[in-house]
Amino acid sequence: MERHFDQELKDLKQEILKMGAFAEEAIYKSVEALKNRDRELAKSVVDNDSNIDQLELSIDEKCIDLIARYQPMANDLRFITTGMKINSELERISDIAVDIAQRTLELIDKPLLKPLIDIPKLTSVAQNMVKMSIDAFVKGDIELAKKVLLSDPEANNLRNIIQKELTEDYMAKDPSSAPRAVQLLLITRFLERICDHTTNIAEDVIYMVQAEVVKHHPEKLKE
Amino acid sequence: MTNSKIVTQNLNLWYADFHALKDINANFEPNKITAIIGPSGCGKSTMLRVFNRMNDLIEGVKTSGKVLVDGIDILDLDADLVKLRKEVGMVFQRPNPFPLSIYENIVFGEKVHSENIKKDKLDEIVEASLKSVLLWDELKNRLKESALRLSLEQKQRLCIARLIAVKSDVLLMDEPCSTLDPQATAKIEELMRELKNNYTIIVVTHNMQQAARVSDDTGFMLLGELVEFGKTQDIFTAPKDKKTEDYITGRYG
Repeated sequence: MERHFDQELKDLKQEILKMGAFAEEAIYKSVEALKNRDRELAKSVVDNDSNIDQLELSIDEKCIDLIARYQPMANDLRFITTGMKINSELERISDIAVDIAQRTLELIDKPLLKPLIDIPKLTSVAQNMVKMSIDAFVKGDIELAKKVLLSDPEANNLRNIIQKELTEDYMAKDPSSAPRAVQLLLITRFLERICDHTTNIAEDVIYMVQAEVVKHHPEKLKE
Repeated sequence: MTNSKIVTQNLNLWYADFHALKDINANFEPNKITAIIGPSGCGKSTMLRVFNRMNDLIEGVKTSGKVLVDGIDILDLDADLVKLRKEVGMVFQRPNPFPLSIYENIVFGEKVHSENIKKDKLDEIVEASLKSVLLWDELKNRLKESALRLSLEQKQRLCIARLIAVKSDVLLMDEPCSTLDPQATAKIEELMRELKNNYTIIVVTHNMQQAARVSDDTGFMLLGELVEFGKTQDIFTAPKDKKTEDYITGRYG
């Protein structure tokens, strides 16, 4: 039996999907701006943040409204509460993209420290994790959610490689490189944080689908 | 050895050829509220009525299996029904006070169960029972008034007080709030929470929000079967059976 409520849930899912698309776009643009030293693109990420903030508020409001009016239970309840948490994770991801764009705006004024090789690799991992986590939510796909969780070590590994290179090969050898290296270190840290947010989304999706809390219980993923 | 107050073991019940309860196995714990939910005709009220043998009054009723109350099978033909109905009392959908005074409503059961009871003792019972259902302050100066003049909520509280007066251990409640407004419902639910400290409460309700709010355990029945039984939190957030999920999310039917 199709309920009126089902349509409301579909609308909510669409809104969260839109939030995910905004987040993906913000990451892509912020790193493209870094790679291409594109001031306008970096600025557009900063400027679009208020639209993402508005969408976050509107999704939250919709969730609260649905809870108040329909008093959802079971999978409906899990879908809405998970939706609220994912909404918040996506907003944080967008904020981090803004942080990357702001670091980029500062770096653009200075000479290029080094060709960017591993940061784009880490970006690609982060973007892929964002995409997979949103797909996992939309499709209720646990296997995809687990794939997100399994991708996190790769992100951590790349972060370690970049950190090592920047501190040992640049900052230690040439202290004058520190201001630029620190900006790149921050960007690396931001990208890795984005990956952490996607693992939160993946854990929430697993709870939504099978009502099992895997957050803070890594042993459950091995079962 | 179980500590459960009521245990059903392969309980079946037929109304003539109609198989109304099918192999029900459940444990009802003391000092807890257990809600039984399910669509109309699923057998939930029938099960409630088995617990104090009210179905005996219906012609053609046949049962099999066991219903143990404090370890004693109440389906046994030799079961002491007067004692059973004193211990396991029922509150109905529409409050049904006797057309007597408030005072007489409360002492009615006690007078039936014990002869030559002193007036002082009866006064004590009335005060204690009305205090238990939080009606004493409201009604202590109106005890001689007819119970029929009370509000619906007060009548329902009075009916609960009547059970407390005869020292029931188990309170069976069949849709106890369905005729009450939301405010009165909230008050009865608060009372249920108070009472569970001393009683085993089993409530049949169509109101899923009420079941979710007030109960510790919940059972979902469908077509005479107990489909799922467990902690209320689990049933309403993560039911194991698809049929339970469909029912509580309104997809059933």
